[in-house]
Amino acid sequence: MNTGPAPADTAGASSLKRRFERGVKSLTQGRLGRAAVIALPYSWLLLFLLLPILIVLKISLAEIALASPPYTPMLQWAEERTLALQVHIGNYAYLWQDPLYVGAYMNSLKVAAVSTVFCLLIGYPMAYGIARAPAGWRIVLLMLVILPFWTSFLIRVYAWIGLLQGNGLINHLLLSIGLIDQPLVLLHSNFAVYLGIVYSYLPFMILPLYATLVRMDLTLLEAAADLGCPPWKAFLTVTLPLSMPGVIAGSLLVFIPAVGEFVIPDLLGGPDSLMIGRVLWTEFFSNRDWPVAAAVAIAMLAVILIPLLLFQRVGERETTRER
Amino acid sequence: MTGRRSFWLFTALAFGYAFLYLPIVTLIVYSFNDSRLVTVWGGFSTRWYAELFRNEQILSALWLSVRIAAMTATLAVILGTLAALTLVRFTHFRTRMLFAGMVAAPLVMPEVILGLSALLMFVTLEQAIGWPPGRGMTTITIAHVTFTSAFVAVIVQSRLSQLDVNLEEAAMDLGARPWKVFFVIILPIISPALIAGWLLGFTLSMDDLVIASFVSGPGATTLPMVVYSSVRLGVSPQVNALATLIVVVVATGVIIAGWLLHRQARRAGR
Repeated sequence: MNTGPAPADTAGASSLKRRFERGVKSLTQGRLGRAAVIALPYSWLLLFLLLPILIVLKISLAEIALASPPYTPMLQWAEERTLALQVHIGNYAYLWQDPLYVGAYMNSLKVAAVSTVFCLLIGYPMAYGIARAPAGWRIVLLMLVILPFWTSFLIRVYAWIGLLQGNGLINHLLLSIGLIDQPLVLLHSNFAVYLGIVYSYLPFMILPLYATLVRMDLTLLEAAADLGCPPWKAFLTVTLPLSMPGVIAGSLLVFIPAVGEFVIPDLLGGPDSLMIGRVLWTEFFSNRDWPVAAAVAIAMLAVILIPLLLFQRVGERETTRER
Repeated sequence: MTGRRSFWLFTALAFGYAFLYLPIVTLIVYSFNDSRLVTVWGGFSTRWYAELFRNEQILSALWLSVRIAAMTATLAVILGTLAALTLVRFTHFRTRMLFAGMVAAPLVMPEVILGLSALLMFVTLEQAIGWPPGRGMTTITIAHVTFTSAFVAVIVQSRLSQLDVNLEEAAMDLGARPWKVFFVIILPIISPALIAGWLLGFTLSMDDLVIASFVSGPGATTLPMVVYSSVRLGVSPQVNALATLIVVVVATGVIIAGWLLHRQARRAGR
């Protein structure tokens, strides 16, 4: 990038000319550098994130075929050298008509929504407690929330198998204190799926909540108390509204991935805990029906598109405010 | 703060941390159980660790995962930092919304969609231009870089937006070129974020089951894929031993990081 003599070498030239040259150079360099900085991540994301989704959309409009790859091409050379466009919407009609798929979608939304509410109920008091703890303790308490997130997700889900199964620790405990006569069916149930999702996604709820609660101006609460406002009312009218950005960010960070969750319903859920991520997996790996799997993915994207856009809006507002 | 309220907050915290840690603690305890059964305590033993270290399948999968994760983390730090720079410094360019959306999307996109779309793209590309030849380590790495660089971008972005713009302007006024400003001023200041981003990218890649399962090929079995297939069959003491080792490594790392942060904060406070 370094072309031409450096300003110090052109000692003989007039200072005005020198300054002009430097201005031009820094301008073009700035532009070039800027283009280089933008181009690399931009083209990577276009190629490996956006293009793949467009390809999924394309394949969802194909038919399953005995070929490699196992679907019909969209563009085909028909007779007399005309290009024929084959668009097949049968996959979407199939999804819509089969109660299995509609049921799986509805169940995914329900499971994700209920889990989000429970994450909020458990996570809010924890985030509040951490944010109001003595400053020296905060970093330790926060580290303790983050630590499980850094250990393997798969292994944390696996831990619940040992706790929940018929001869597992929880049943053993309940039997030994005489609360139940025979083991409860805890594993492979909807209850286990809820538990697994709440457990795995709790840190995602606590961190954004903590971030908003710790930034809150505590003198507002003092002012409310001085004016005779009881603590519960001050919480509802001051703290809760001010922490709304954290509530929304945390809820979206739990809800959206939970809708498409595969590992948790597969390992902890029963045969009736059908969630859409699991359906997609089966459609792809067991039935090897790529077009239907692609259609399931596109339909799932459509369902989460609204919360996804909301998430981006919140994120954008957050960064502009920080600046 | 009144006594009653701090009592409730303490209870909430105690309950929350118990919920977060009890499953992990039981995993660790039962990794030292001599018996194969979960509920029967057969005495203290380290036999599962010995078996784990003799398990060729797990060891080779671990080695593959480590190589993929190191490569992923390095590339993700480069891409994520550039993406964060773009988002923080260049606030006005056409299609910025599209770019910001693409950077944020992998944070919340269900893994099954990321995995399926990456696989279908690799298949299409291979058909069209013959690259990538088959699927394995390369395709897993590319797919992992795509989703982990989003996390790196978030970390670096928050660090960059705290940066004092005056420092850069001063350097520019003194004649430093943009790339020099980046390497001499910005890079040292954001280096903690880059280290955190690298570690997060490494962890996310090591941990991923879903995306790797989609884009992997014959012969490329990562550690989570081995763990998943053994866990599907039920509780396995070797997985408990593996989990314990992972927890020990991660906890050591987090404690060291916490200590460094603490020291840094104290030095800054002085």
